[in-house]
Amino acid sequence: MAVPAIEFRGVSFARPGRPRILDHFSLTVESGDVLALVGRSGAGKSTLLKLVNRLLLPDEGAVLVEGRDTREWEPIALRRNVGYVLQDVGLFPHMSVADNVAVVPRLEGWPADRIAPRVHELLDLVGLPAGEFAARWPDELSGGQRQRVGVARALAVDPPVLLMDEPFGALDPLTRAELHAEFRRIQSRLRKTVIIVTHDMGEAFALADRVGVLEDGQLIACDRAAAVAASTDPRVRRLLDAIVSVPRS
Amino acid sequence: MTRLLSFWLSHRAELASLFGQHVLLVAGSTFVAVAIGVPLGIFSARRPRMASPLMAVASIVQTIPSLAMFGFLLPVPFIGGVGARAALVVLILYGLLPIVRTTIAGLRGIDPAIREAGVAMGMTAGELLRQVELPLALPSIVAGIRVAAVVGVGSATIAAAIGAGGLGEYIYRGLSMVDTTVILAGAIPAAVLALVVDGSLLWLEKQLSSRRRSSSRRVVATTAAVILAAVMVASASAARRASGAIVVGSKNFTEQLVLGELLAQTIERDAGLPVDRRLNLGGTLICDQALITGDIDVYVEYTGTALTAVFHQPVSNDSSAVFDTVRALYAKTGRTLLPPLGFNNTFAILVRGDEARSRGLRTVDDAARESGHWKAGFGYEFVERPDGYDGLAKAYGMRFPEAPRVMDLTLSYRALAAGQVDMIAGDATAGLIKGLDLFQLEDNRHYFPPYDAAAVARAATLLRYPQLRTALEKLSGRVSAADMRAMNYAADVEHRDVPVIVREFLARTR
Repeated sequence: MAVPAIEFRGVSFARPGRPRILDHFSLTVESGDVLALVGRSGAGKSTLLKLVNRLLLPDEGAVLVEGRDTREWEPIALRRNVGYVLQDVGLFPHMSVADNVAVVPRLEGWPADRIAPRVHELLDLVGLPAGEFAARWPDELSGGQRQRVGVARALAVDPPVLLMDEPFGALDPLTRAELHAEFRRIQSRLRKTVIIVTHDMGEAFALADRVGVLEDGQLIACDRAAAVAASTDPRVRRLLDAIVSVPRS
Repeated sequence: MTRLLSFWLSHRAELASLFGQHVLLVAGSTFVAVAIGVPLGIFSARRPRMASPLMAVASIVQTIPSLAMFGFLLPVPFIGGVGARAALVVLILYGLLPIVRTTIAGLRGIDPAIREAGVAMGMTAGELLRQVELPLALPSIVAGIRVAAVVGVGSATIAAAIGAGGLGEYIYRGLSMVDTTVILAGAIPAAVLALVVDGSLLWLEKQLSSRRRSSSRRVVATTAAVILAAVMVASASAARRASGAIVVGSKNFTEQLVLGELLAQTIERDAGLPVDRRLNLGGTLICDQALITGDIDVYVEYTGTALTAVFHQPVSNDSSAVFDTVRALYAKTGRTLLPPLGFNNTFAILVRGDEARSRGLRTVDDAARESGHWKAGFGYEFVERPDGYDGLAKAYGMRFPEAPRVMDLTLSYRALAAGQVDMIAGDATAGLIKGLDLFQLEDNRHYFPPYDAAAVARAATLLRYPQLRTALEKLSGRVSAADMRAMNYAADVEHRDVPVIVREFLARTR
């Protein structure tokens, strides 16, 4: 069997002087899978992502990326291998859209004649025609456009793994639905290993092959979307019931 | 106003040179302050525990008045002493605080999400700093540089007190000659310079905070080019110091400026050596220190002053004994006292001429009788010196109802003439005595020691240039008290140019 893209082995983690966020947490994500982790705010979802790209190291247990412990990875190399899309996007305000997308290729020392077409290609991929958007500045974009740039930036050097931290949380529902569709379209082409964290079970179903539910530092459910939707666990049901439904007439 | 314009016109070469020195002092010190302050700011932004003590030290440094700072630095080897180097050190110290502070503020003001994005994308600490943190903190840092540069333009005027040149030289010269025109001749260009520096850096700051990276690069490059060009122009016009020149110093009052110029012209003409004038140094101790360290080679001192203020010896009234004692003490410290110039610039106890006439005042004893209802005003030195106020009051039994007002020596003549004080201690050779109708009372109890003016030079310099000694010795006995008073009068009251006055004097007495 192939090595899983990402594996958590009995990981515990706590901020100094605070209760444990993760408590002997285990999880496996196969290559090419999209996993959505759902949990309340403060359940440790962002922490989980930061353990993957070694912004944090576990207190106990180990996180393996492509079969290697993150402690053994050279942190810079690891991070350039793992795309990261943040909730607040974190676009660099002093760089144009094109320069933002080109950050990692530049760090990797790509020649300019390789960067320009790649940026063009990526902007087209996320639905922002390069001719119109490349020279714009982040403060001239809408929230949805900014998030698209964030995705393009994360994909720039074609990393095998993509981490998305509440990527569509701050958007209006219509824009969010558009981006969900866009994401599925891109993922069907690129087949990345993706972990998305969200507090919205609806979003998890819209995007993911598999859905995990995080509570009290542990994974209380992790299965194919349909199986989670049918779960009888009351803790999972609470999250399911929170999905807004259209009233029937 | 026309006087000011004609002053500038007649001194345009000197004005350009002083302006150049000023720009160079400010640009040089700001440049170094940036080179030290920005890394220091980066360092302390990352270590908050380091930041507060560092800022405390920087704040304390900035509260030290600049003149006091120059005083502290005088005896410090390498960085201290007299001249542009010490001035640069002081200006750099002043510039550090705003730059460090705004660097820290700029870095701390960056949205943590942006920094995290950089780290998560695999930037090393250095890449994060260069590509993200510094560009975002740049407008704030430039604001700090602006403050530092503008403060620097102001502080640099004070640097003239330690012979660093710059526009302050006109301000000090004007103060010592009590000539508003000369003060303005230095103060107005300094103010204009401050406004230009402020305006252009403000423009730069605005350009940068519009957050346009490509354009901001161009802006930074343009600005750097402009500054570089200004520095080059300034250094070209300031490069007037001939290497291997004899450095002539003087203290900061008219007579000393005249005597410094007298030494300079004599050396240039009779010894055929190039001269670097470091006139207008801020007092006896600064001159003495500068002579020890070799920042100056020669200046004119007064025997009584050397005896008491420099060597801390008891006061004596015998002029040849004082001369011999002082010469021996100088010789022990590697300096040579040349023969006296010929006049004795003793302290003169002065009152208003009309008051002397109406009350029949002739001697200091007469004044002591009046002291019960008088106000006295003295220069800083006179209050401190062992042969100064305390001894005088004791010797003559003076009793002023309130402590004497302490003021700038040259201003005290004006204060006396204007009736703000009733008695001052001036210089016997001051031109203002005649110009302001003041009256010198006779020191009938012979309290003051002799103050025979004589050049004092570094022995090493005299050995190296035998013709220097010959030239300086030719001045022996050539300047009478009347000559000195006439030259001081020409400078202080007639506002004539010191080099011209000296040239005429040398031509006349040849």
